[in-house]
Amino acid sequence: MTTESAHARPTNPAMVIWDWLRQNLFNTWYNSIISVLIVALLFQLLSTFLGWLLTTQGWVAVLKNLRLLFVGRYPADQVWRIELVVAMIALLVGLSGGVWKGIVRNLATGFGLILSVLGLLAFTFPNDGLNPFITPPIFLLGSAALVALGVWGGSRLAEAARIPLLISWVLLYPIAILIIRGGVGLPIVETNLWGGLLLTMILSSSGIILSFPLGVLLALGRRSNLPIIKGFCVAYIELIRGVPLVTVLFMAQLMLPLFLPDQVRIDSVLRAMVAVTLFSAAYLAENVRGGLQSLPRGQTEAARALGLNPVQTTLLITLPQALRAVIPVLVGQFISLFKDTSLVVIVGLIDLLGIARTIYSQAEWKDFTGGVWRETLLVVALIYWIFSFTMSRTSKKIEEKMSVGYR
Amino acid sequence: MSVAPPSQQQARIPFYRDTRIIAVLLQIIFLFVVVGFIWFLYSNMMAGLRRSNLLPNYSFLSQPAGFPISESPIPYDPGRTYGYAFIIGVLNTLRVSVIGVVLATILGVIIGISRLSSNWLLRSVATGYVELVRNIPLLLQLFFWMIMSQAFPRIQDSINLGGLLYLHNRGVTLTWMREGSSFGAWLIWIGIGGLAGVILYIARRIQFVRRDRPGVALPWALLLAAGVALVGFIILRISSGTWPLALDIPELQRFSFQGGITITTNFAALIMGLVIYTAVYIGEIVRSGIQAVNKGQREAARALGLTPGQTLRLVIFPQALRIMIPPMTSQYLNLTKNSSLAVAIGFPDLFSVAGTTLNQTGQTVPVMLIVMLSYLSVSLVTSLLMNWYNKRIQLVER
Repeated sequence: MTTESAHARPTNPAMVIWDWLRQNLFNTWYNSIISVLIVALLFQLLSTFLGWLLTTQGWVAVLKNLRLLFVGRYPADQVWRIELVVAMIALLVGLSGGVWKGIVRNLATGFGLILSVLGLLAFTFPNDGLNPFITPPIFLLGSAALVALGVWGGSRLAEAARIPLLISWVLLYPIAILIIRGGVGLPIVETNLWGGLLLTMILSSSGIILSFPLGVLLALGRRSNLPIIKGFCVAYIELIRGVPLVTVLFMAQLMLPLFLPDQVRIDSVLRAMVAVTLFSAAYLAENVRGGLQSLPRGQTEAARALGLNPVQTTLLITLPQALRAVIPVLVGQFISLFKDTSLVVIVGLIDLLGIARTIYSQAEWKDFTGGVWRETLLVVALIYWIFSFTMSRTSKKIEEKMSVGYR
Repeated sequence: MSVAPPSQQQARIPFYRDTRIIAVLLQIIFLFVVVGFIWFLYSNMMAGLRRSNLLPNYSFLSQPAGFPISESPIPYDPGRTYGYAFIIGVLNTLRVSVIGVVLATILGVIIGISRLSSNWLLRSVATGYVELVRNIPLLLQLFFWMIMSQAFPRIQDSINLGGLLYLHNRGVTLTWMREGSSFGAWLIWIGIGGLAGVILYIARRIQFVRRDRPGVALPWALLLAAGVALVGFIILRISSGTWPLALDIPELQRFSFQGGITITTNFAALIMGLVIYTAVYIGEIVRSGIQAVNKGQREAARALGLTPGQTLRLVIFPQALRIMIPPMTSQYLNLTKNSSLAVAIGFPDLFSVAGTTLNQTGQTVPVMLIVMLSYLSVSLVTSLLMNWYNKRIQLVER
């Protein structure tokens, strides 16, 4: 609804600015009032905020607890395992950026840049002396280098690397979990020691990965002609969508151990994973169903006419198209899943948000005027924000690209 | 082309390749698997509960709850039963949801329209707000508001906003209405006004049908009702000497407030968080709803000589509303469900009462059932209402 000027634009730069101001801020009397009010309000807010940001001493609370913030109570001498996983991810992101270009390349570049900035910042962090071999700056800058290396290698390999890369991405999740939890040869790190960003990442990636097949099955079931299967899927989806995530998390914490036989023990992180997966699957099913419904009927009919059986029709014709159509919606859902994992705080897990609460309630900061909650929450909010914002921007890009492709 | 008669061809299909039989068989197998699985879970649970002597039992609902509830719309004391405590939980959840939905809708519409404003600054601020709030978890925002509201000064040093609103660390005290002695008499006046309005409305409608010409009925009816109520208000003031309804301005005593109503910090923080978070989504719905209305509609309205205000009110908004209702419904439901986060900041909503009950009685299954059924029925009633409204305003095509 921006109004472009119809008359010739003045060439004098001062006049250009004046013209822009008049058209965009002072085009009507009420817009002038609104503009003045907003400028006053923004000035007030920003000056207070910046004044606090530059003078507060509370950052020391965050800096002293960086390890807690990122990996929780994960044993210090085992942190290299998480660093290994991050390095693997960095390499894969880089390679994908090299191979696929476009949006993926941008993501890889952004990831590399963030790693480099963090790496440079890390030189100023206090060293807790726990991991003398790979210090945080070396690790972060090294990962950034891996991204760059990956991009270079990926663009060299190009097409040939696509299939192996996809397979590596699929294998990444089980391998990463294996490395982090331990088992074969590595000492086991119990899940109750997982925390901070690590736990948030594990919960959300598990939710995304595991709920995907379940959600697709539920969506197909809901579209099925078979009344019993359809009824079951409808009941499940509507039941889960009718109750808050907190109740599902609580159910999982309290009832899951009851449901299982005595000899099966399941820890609280796993219970939260189950809850998040079951919850997310219901929403995902509705999104996928939307995609399936948007397909023209002719697609199914053509497939049947070619002699494909129903299973082939679904797997080869309808599902790929439906999933492609709902990618932006799915990304949106993954963003909310990522944010929703913070609710595990309520059932006593210590994820990123839980760590924030732990940090600002530490006795150390009791004497700090006003406490350190603002600094801690700000840092944690920033971490959440960066991830969600990146995802939402990516989804928007994909959407734009797709709508161009269709027309 | 010689084709075998259909009857012969069908007869040759063996039963295990007949899709009808496969379908039935498949469903029977599915049913067996699901029922078997549920039975497996159920028997495990019952065995476990029997061992720990906690078999599901609903008698606790009529036993005294014994825990305090910090705020409640109806009188409560710990001697009341668990069932009664649940009702308070439900009422508190409904109170948060209704107030939250109303405020979030107002803020959301403002944001949605601001996002489309021709004022660059307003548009950018609205966009910044949306991008900031949408990408941060609600629970984090609730924590922020909770700590923020507790960081206000003590009640004695309340922040005074124009003498009508006070902020302090126990909540917000604001000016409210107080009923006078003639309030009951005024209610009768309101009733008469309402009746007159309805009669006028019906009369106008009949008139329109007779003249076969549309016209304005509702605004006149509302005006008449309001007028009667106002006349009654003034007459009662003169006859009884007191206003039927007066402003109740809070006054700071030593350690508390006299008059006004005080909203607790927990409630204020919860409403604040929910409204600010949900308004973003509602704003996006409003924006896309308005943008989705065909551009030709706006141009046609302008060509017919409608003013920009009329265009928005009579042409754009009614059409945008149709697009907006279904997603709006799911946002209202989201707000209701998100109100269960109250448990994290200590507001006694349904979920929080249920949590306390669960800790005290150990009756996992009944408590979870009650909670889920309550949320499900709230969701169901809301979607039924919104679906009914949606049907009413849908375009009736030939």
